[in-house]
Amino acid sequence: MPGRVLLIEDEPNIAEAIRFILSREGCEVVVEADGARALSRIADCAPDLVILDLMLPGMSGLEILSALRANPATLGLKVLMLTAKGQGRDREAAERAGVSAFMAKPFANAEMRAKVRALLEG
Amino acid sequence: MPLSALTGTRLRERRLALGLKQAELAQRVGISASYLNLIEHNRRRIADDLLTTMAQALDVPLATLQEGHAGQLVDGLRAAAAAVPGAAAEVERVEDLLGRFPGWSAALVELHDRSRALGRVVEVLNDRMAHDPHLSASLHEVLSAVSSVRTTAAILADTEDIDADWRARFHRNLHEDSERLAQGAEALVAYLDASGQGQDHTISTPQDEVESWAEACDWDLAHAEDIAQSPHLASAAGRVLAAGLQAQYATDLAAIPTPAFNSAMAAGADPLTLARSFGVPVLAAFRRMALRAGSGFGLLICDGSGTLTLRKAIAGFSPPRFGAACPLWPLFTALARPETPVEAVIALPGPQGARLRARAFAQVRYPGGFRGPELREAAMLLAPEPAGAEPALEVGPTCRICPRPACPARREPSILQG
Repeated sequence: MPGRVLLIEDEPNIAEAIRFILSREGCEVVVEADGARALSRIADCAPDLVILDLMLPGMSGLEILSALRANPATLGLKVLMLTAKGQGRDREAAERAGVSAFMAKPFANAEMRAKVRALLEG
Repeated sequence: MPLSALTGTRLRERRLALGLKQAELAQRVGISASYLNLIEHNRRRIADDLLTTMAQALDVPLATLQEGHAGQLVDGLRAAAAAVPGAAAEVERVEDLLGRFPGWSAALVELHDRSRALGRVVEVLNDRMAHDPHLSASLHEVLSAVSSVRTTAAILADTEDIDADWRARFHRNLHEDSERLAQGAEALVAYLDASGQGQDHTISTPQDEVESWAEACDWDLAHAEDIAQSPHLASAAGRVLAAGLQAQYATDLAAIPTPAFNSAMAAGADPLTLARSFGVPVLAAFRRMALRAGSGFGLLICDGSGTLTLRKAIAGFSPPRFGAACPLWPLFTALARPETPVEAVIALPGPQGARLRARAFAQVRYPGGFRGPELREAAMLLAPEPAGAEPALEVGPTCRICPRPACPARREPSILQG
């Protein structure tokens, strides 16, 4: 499943693991840890998919998602949001803001591969 | 509880002791014998003037016929019935029930009280899970570490042809995350474990620790336990807050020395006159009045967001530990009108709800100079207020646990309704 993925995740070890998993599936993975810089990175690397952690320093995942949906250039960009169990209210807010899919931490690696494949090929 | 706890039963016992027939006593006090029979079996409430006449006719002090504890049990039974409207309890016969089965009645009231108390504990814990930033941060840390361990371990287990460099990197990450997980779990356990030592079996925050530490010395902070050694101050954050409070206390004490303070209070000083006399901010006068051994004042302080930063409790009033408080408190009126004294009598919910005199004041600071930011701080001094003609502002602790059904300031439904 070739494609360019921008991973916005501030936990370096989780980011490294996801990058490894998706790279082996043929994806080009770019990692950004800071929420405030994420929007400019999206403009620079033109990803096919954004994997977005909900809790980020600088700018929250919800704020980034809202900014993407407010911009005609990124209105249709697919966004997979990583949440923690128990963040029900935030999930509802993300759904209203137009998220493409969710995945709850901790997740199984096979689930990650399947979700990314579905989004890139869908 | 003895059978004679109810007025009707006491009347009957006294009449029989005097050897009087119902008809004789009824004639003396000017009522029918059948009506007296209903009164004696606690099926009719007796009016105050008739009770006075009865006491004279039976030659006993009025107080010996009046209800004491029994009256509270009647209120308790009514409250229990109201809590389960579907049961269609015969509320009109509550005194009959109490007269015939006083032990069962007391047990029912106690069970109802326990049920309400447990409901409040559940609410406090629910509130904490939703709003406590310390618990939320601890859980997030643990969850992040677990996520990383699970993903990394699965990579190592499932990827047979993994490069040696990647393998070494993931081994290192696993080691880091397992350390982080152990530390996060320890912190979480320590945090939760502290709750088991309190009587209310809830969880302690740094602010709870400071209040526990201050209460241990009856808020005489000059003689408080050593901050570094105190068992009440389990967290570093709690010790930092305690040190700040103790330093402020010392400043207030130096500005308003005890002998002069006692003289001013004996002369009837209120917070504003106290502040003016000693040239200190009004909030310093509030603190000086409340934070001392033997003070009967409660004190709440909040910052500009309305978050409570200090809580010195007073009997009958339990401010919420998390989340937003009742917006009707004079504290918040003052917060919106800095430098303006706000005074009101407030009444807490329930038949035994506390009646308190609240005096609130807010101050504004500009620590960064003319360009701000503007920082507000408000305080509310609380004192017991005897029953009187002055109308009281009906307030609550916080919407979720406030039973007032038609409050105009309600934000969300109460769990204590229906």
